[in-house]
Order: sequence, then structure tokens, then C-alpha cells
Amino acid sequence: MGLTGLEIFKQLPKTNCKDCGHPTCLAFAMAMAAGKASLDQCPHVSEAAKEALGAASAPPMALVKIGTGEKELQLGNETVLFRHDKRFENPTGIAITVSDAASEEEIAARVAQINKLSFERVGQIHHVNLVAVVNDSGSADKFATAAKVAAANTQYPLILVTDDAAAMEKALEAVGNQKPLLCGASAGNYEAMTALAKKYDAPLVVRGADLNELAELVEKVVAQGHKKLILDSGAREVHRVLADQTQLRRQALKRFRPFGYPTITFVTGEDPVQAVLDAAVYICKYAGIVVLPSADPADILPLITLRLNIYTDPQKPIAVEPKVYEIGTPGPNAPVFVTTNFSLTYFCVAGDVEASRVPSYIIAVDTDGLSVLTAWAAGKLTSEKIADMLKNTGIADKVSHRKVIIPGGVAVLSGKLAELSGWEVLVGPRESSAIPSFLKQRWSA
Amino acid sequence: MAVTIAKERWTNRVAEVVLGVEPKVVKIGGEGTLPFLHFEGEMPNRPAVALEVWDMEPTTWPEILTKHYAGVLGDPAAWAKKCVEYGADLVCLTLASAHPDNKNSSPEECAQVAKTVAEAVDVPLIVLGCGVEEKDAQVLEKVAEALSGRNCLLGLATQENYRTITAACMVYGHNVIASTPLDINLEKQLNILITEMNMAPNRIVIDPSVAALGYGIEYAYSIIERTRIGALTGDKMMAMPVICILGPEVWKQKEAKSTTEEAPDWGDQERRAILWETVSAVALAQAGGSLFVLRHPESLRQFKAHIEKLMQPNVY
Ligand code: B12
Ligand code: SF4
Repeated sequence: MGLTGLEIFKQLPKTNCKDCGHPTCLAFAMAMAAGKASLDQCPHVSEAAKEALGAASAPPMALVKIGTGEKELQLGNETVLFRHDKRFENPTGIAITVSDAASEEEIAARVAQINKLSFERVGQIHHVNLVAVVNDSGSADKFATAAKVAAANTQYPLILVTDDAAAMEKALEAVGNQKPLLCGASAGNYEAMTALAKKYDAPLVVRGADLNELAELVEKVVAQGHKKLILDSGAREVHRVLADQTQLRRQALKRFRPFGYPTITFVTGEDPVQAVLDAAVYICKYAGIVVLPSADPADILPLITLRLNIYTDPQKPIAVEPKVYEIGTPGPNAPVFVTTNFSLTYFCVAGDVEASRVPSYIIAVDTDGLSVLTAWAAGKLTSEKIADMLKNTGIADKVSHRKVIIPGGVAVLSGKLAELSGWEVLVGPRESSAIPSFLKQRWSA
Repeated sequence: MAVTIAKERWTNRVAEVVLGVEPKVVKIGGEGTLPFLHFEGEMPNRPAVALEVWDMEPTTWPEILTKHYAGVLGDPAAWAKKCVEYGADLVCLTLASAHPDNKNSSPEECAQVAKTVAEAVDVPLIVLGCGVEEKDAQVLEKVAEALSGRNCLLGLATQENYRTITAACMVYGHNVIASTPLDINLEKQLNILITEMNMAPNRIVIDPSVAALGYGIEYAYSIIERTRIGALTGDKMMAMPVICILGPEVWKQKEAKSTTEEAPDWGDQERRAILWETVSAVALAQAGGSLFVLRHPESLRQFKAHIEKLMQPNVY
């Protein structure tokens, strides 16, 4: 399996030139052994060394790209079974289906709906990633038209879903230059599908009836010379998909080569809520892509949020810079809020202050990226720290009043804070979502 | 090409905890594998699901929630019956009125309510205090006595108050929830302290503290996952089933509370809120949760239907 740092070190130039970003060749070798660096980061490594280290140092799961340009999607490169072991690397791509049985207008409208599945969370935009055009009509022409209409109306890469190689070829004539994901190859059609994937240099889903057949097919496709693959074990019921996804990830990490690729999962079934719940399982459990039929924001927002949470790096809380933030263009009478510099906390508060439409200042206290109560319990959100920020950030020159609003969860800080800072302390609501009504009822400068 | 199925050989299993009395006992835990990997080991009990009942009318629950309990919110016994009607495996009674900021009800008053609720339903009962550690110790002691012999699950026992609560559970034949703030070492430490009082490990349920989707659930997810792996690899002080008290966490969030008009880009409020609760539960079930406390009856129904699908055998 993996090589030791020393084994890797033996193959390096040993010049300690630092071009790889590590202080020494040995440090680089150790980082590589830990899976935190890859050989291509050293520009000086010899061909012989590449050969020697290549196979053994290749990542357990290939990196596969779908689409082109800004919305290109990267999948794979995963190295662990559990997020606490290190982290999950490339978030599950969320794909929404479009049926080619619909009219062109309906397809355009559906794609427009999919484009709107974009949400702001912790200061970033999170959105779905793919549009899956499904050949329900059985007609190659309709499929090609649908693909064309979809591509014309979205920036997201496409998944072309058909078992019919002739239909796939037609669709590729229309959108093949955008490197869509071909979905895909199965026992009956893999030769033709692989040839198409090669011709357009596009990624290809390989579907087996079960894990055994999948392994066999992957080897055949690879033997034909195509390696940009996504795996589909054929399972569709949630209990089987969970088992197969677990196997595929375990086998990849054991370096069973046919399974060293990202996966795709499909939710099916009548009940739309159950479909979302199945998708939630696949996001937790290793799916490279999950394909769903719903474009309802009520269904997609929870899944996008789950994906964000599961793929957060467990080693570093996301923090914002501790400083005074301006929401809108606050004047001398603007309210002054105090919160922590944990991203989630800050953006909750910022979003709710924004919703109140009252231009304001928010002081994000440096709590090492901890939430309000966690920081308070850890002694990192104190009256001293807040008083210090009130004194040293220049906020006192920006506002003419001396009133500061603190989170309801840390009401206990108010007495001491008032004493230390000389400011009047208003205890805000416990949840920032109540800030708009709080301001209406309680705020006057 | 035959793929050799990769199976872990676990050396230990999660303790099985039995709640309630015949004929309506609920068993949780007992897993000898990671969640729902039936190809690898046994999962003798499906995760169980409770609905919440309060001993006072909640003021902060949104209308999409209260409308399902219309007419019973002021009557804990009737409310509990409603939960059972909706299909709850257990009822989780929260003694919110004991909080000094609420009615500051006395331990005796709380015990009386708990008794009334216990008599109204035949499913097992979880009884939670108001979250003020000192008060909870007094309240749960009286509750334990009033519910003597009913084999309930009482909590939350924390570092501060576990002695009184554990002792009361031992004397009156109940099980205890050992609660710590998202820290695997503190969690294990509290289990050790409680078992050192001679409480049997299969009468303890772990509350790791959970957060809702979007509000820190990833911390709970990883702690529960690590707890399960600890249990399976032989750490007896982590081998207790895990309770996920999600209702209070989910229903304070914007995604559950904002109306369709307030957040039109987020879709229909009730659909979104139900999914916020069920997706939170689904994720923590994948991490290893064995007992769930939810609020919305449709969340309960959907989550149970989901669990039923996952309990189907997936042996190769
Ligand atoms: C995730 C979490 C952690 C994570 C940290 C995550 C992080 N980056 O902060 C970890 C696992 C590291 C952790 C550790 C600890 N935690 Co912790 N943790 C939580 C948990 C589950 C969620 C916190 C969270 O992220 N909430 C979401 C954010 C957005 O909430 P928030 O910051 O409070 O902001 C909201 C409101 O306060 C308000 N708000 C915020 N700012 C402002 C400003 C104004 C003006 C207003 C009006 C409102 C407002 O609006 C926001 C949205 O509603 C809570 C329990 C829970 N379910 O809430 C416990 C909790 C906060 N932790 C707790 C404790 C005790 C700890 C530890 C001390 C325990 C320990 N292990 O030793 C440590 C301390 C850490 C350390 N020593 O470094 C306790 C605090 C108890 C108390 N009341 O004092 C809690 C409440 C758990 C409990 N029930 O016991 N924790
Ligand atoms: S770039 Fe290569 S040669 Fe230079 S220090 Fe890094 S590993 Fe050594």
C-alpha cells in the first residue's frame, strides 16, 4: 500500500531547493507519506523516480473532472473512510434531472428552475452542480435537442443519461465539446460508449448489475484505453446503495484498482420526501454524485447544507477576521452588535442584521473561531475582550451613542462589560433571527 | 470477476438498553457493526423515535408545529396520547416549567405531571429536566420516585449533577442519560463516573449534545461516529447507545421558523422544516444514533419509513 517517508525520500533529488513549498526534501517526503503532498509538486523529480514511486504513490481514488470552464466539477481524490480521520475532499456533486420527453419550453423552464438552486451560507454561495438530461423519450433526436436546450440555458455541466449509444452520439454532436458526463456504459453497450467517451475525451459512468460485474466492466473499459470513469454499482434501493458505496470506498482505499474512481448514485421511488432522505444518506456515505428528480428549494437547501457540513474540514473551524464589520452604510446612530468570529455565528448575525434593514456595525470578537456559547464556556468570549474591542477598534468615534448589543446567550457578561467599558449594555435575543423584531421594539440611539 | 467483500472484524458491540415495561418495551443499541451494514454484523434493533411533550405550553414553536397538537398543548397527558397516535415509539416529556425563568415548578409538581403522563400512555417514557443542573437533580429525584418501576429514561445527567440523578435511577429502576458537551473524552469520563457508582453499563444512554443541520451537526456526527467505532473496537465505556435530542435544536433555527413568505427562495416552510428535522436525523443515524427525539409528526413518520428501508438486509 502506502510507502514510508524514507522510501520516498530515497527517490528525491535531496537538494532541499524548497520549490515544492516544503523546507527540505525529507519534509516533503514525510508530507507525501501522510497523503498531504503529491509527487507532481516537486518539479525536479527524475523520470526514474516517477516510475518507481508513480504507481505506489498514485492516489487511491482518481480525480475526475466533468464539464469545462467556471462550473467544471471535480470529483474523487478521497483518502479516508471517516471525516474525522482527515477530511472528505471533493463535495458530492448534486445533479437534478430534466426529461427529454418534455417540450423545449418546458425543458428551458425546468433548467431555469435548477439554475435558481443557489443559496448563500457562511458567506459563500452553495449551489447544485449538474443537470442530468434523461432520455425518457427513447428518441435520439429528442435527446439531442434536450441536451442542446439544456446546455444553452445553464452553465452547469451536463450528465447525458441514456443506454442507447446512437442517442448518445447524437447528443454529443450537439454538446460534446462541453465534456459532459456520459451515463453510460453497461454490459450491453460498453464498447460503443467507451469509443464515444474517448472520441470526446469525456468522463464515462460504468454501470454493473452488481459489484462483480462492475469490476469486470471497468477493466474492459480501461483496456480500451479510457480512464475517466465514474462508478455505478447498479443498486437503487437505499439499503443496497449504502452497502455498495461502503464497499466501493473501502476497496478504493485498499487500492483495488477497478474501484479507484468516484461514484454516482440515483434516488428513485415515489415519495419525494423519502427521495431527499435517501440522497442525504448518499451525501454522508461517499457518493461522488447524487442524481435527484426534485428542483424544489425546500428539498435542495437541506441537502446542500448537509454537504457543506459533512465536507467541512474537521481540523479547522472556519473563522472570519476579528474586526468591526459594516452592514449597509451605518451612520452615527447605527446599532453596534457584538458576536464571535466563528464564520457560522458571524454570518447568522450578519444575515439577520441585514434582514432588519437597519445599517449597523458588528464587532466580531476573536474567539479562535468558536460559537457564542462554546467561546463563553471556553473563556474566549469575555467582558474584558469585548471592552477591549470597544476601546481599540475606533468604534467609539464612528457612533455618537454608547450602547452595545450582546447575544442573549451571554447575558451574564452585561454587568461587568458595562463596568469595564462605560457603555450601556443591551442584552439581545438568544437567536439572531429575532434581531429584526428586537431592533423594532428596543432600538433607539 | 469476483470482488472480495471487505468486512471489518469488530470485537465488541454496543450494549442493549431496554426501556419501558411489557408489553411495550423498546430496545435500543446492541449493534455489532457500523449503522445499517448488515453484511458485516448484527443490528438487532432499529433506531427508536420519540416525540416531545412539554409540561407547559411552548411559546416559541412555530404554527406549522403547534397546529398538529392543537387542543392538547396545555394538557401533557392528552398531548402524550396524541404522540402515540402519531406513531411515536416513546414519549419524551420535557419539564420546562421547572425552569426558574418559566414557572419554577416544584419537584413535587413535576413528579405529579410525569405520573399523569406515564399513566396516559403505555409506551416508554423519557423525562428531561429543564436544563438547570441543580434544579434537575431535585426534580428528577422526585420524578424517579413517582415513576418507580416503569423503567424510564431520565436525564440529563451532567458532570455537575450525575450523582443524585444516577442514584435515583438506581433506586427506582430507571435508566440514565449521560450528557456532555461534544467532547469524546468528557463523554467517556462521565460514563466511567456513572458506572463507578455501580450503575450497569446497559442502563446508560449517551447524549453527546447534538446540533441541527447547518448549526454544527458535523461535530455531533463525528463524535457519534467515533463513539461507535470506539464501542466496536472494544471500549466498554463508549459502548452505550446514543440519544439525539434533535427537536429543540432544529426548531430554533431560521430554516424551520421562517415562513414561506419571509423566505420565498427556500420553498414551502412546512416541507422545508420537516426536511430540516429529518435530514438531521438521517445524518446522525448514519453516524450511529440509536434513539431520536423529534417534534413534527410528519418528521416522525418519514424518518421511521426511512429507517424501515435501511433495516432490510444487505448481505452479499
Ligand atoms: C459545535 C459545538 C462545539 C464545537 C465548537 C464549534 C465552534 N467552532 O464553535 C466543539 C466540539 C469544539 C465544542 C467545544 C466545547 N463546547 Co461546545 N458546543 C457546540 C454546539 C453543539 C453548537 C454550537 C454552534 O456552533 N452553534 C451555532 C452558532 C451559530 O450558534 P451561536 O454562536 O450561539 O450563535 C447563535 C446565537 O448565539 C445568536 N447570536 C450570536 N451572536 C449574536 C449577537 C447578537 C447581538 C445577538 C442578539 C445574537 C447572537 O444567534 C446565533 C444563531 O442563532 C453547542 C450546543 C448547541 N447545540 O448549541 C455546544 C456548547 C455551546 N458547547 C458547550 C461547551 C461547554 C463546550 C466546551 C467547553 C466543552 C469541552 N469540551 O470542554 C468546549 C469548549 C471549546 C474549547 N475548549 O476550545 C456548551 C456551553 C454551555 C454553556 N451554556 O455554557 C454547549 C451549549 C453544549 C451544552 N449544552 O452543554 N463545542
Ligand atoms: S522541490 Fe523537490 S528537490 Fe526541491 S526540496 Fe522539494 S522535494 Fe526536494
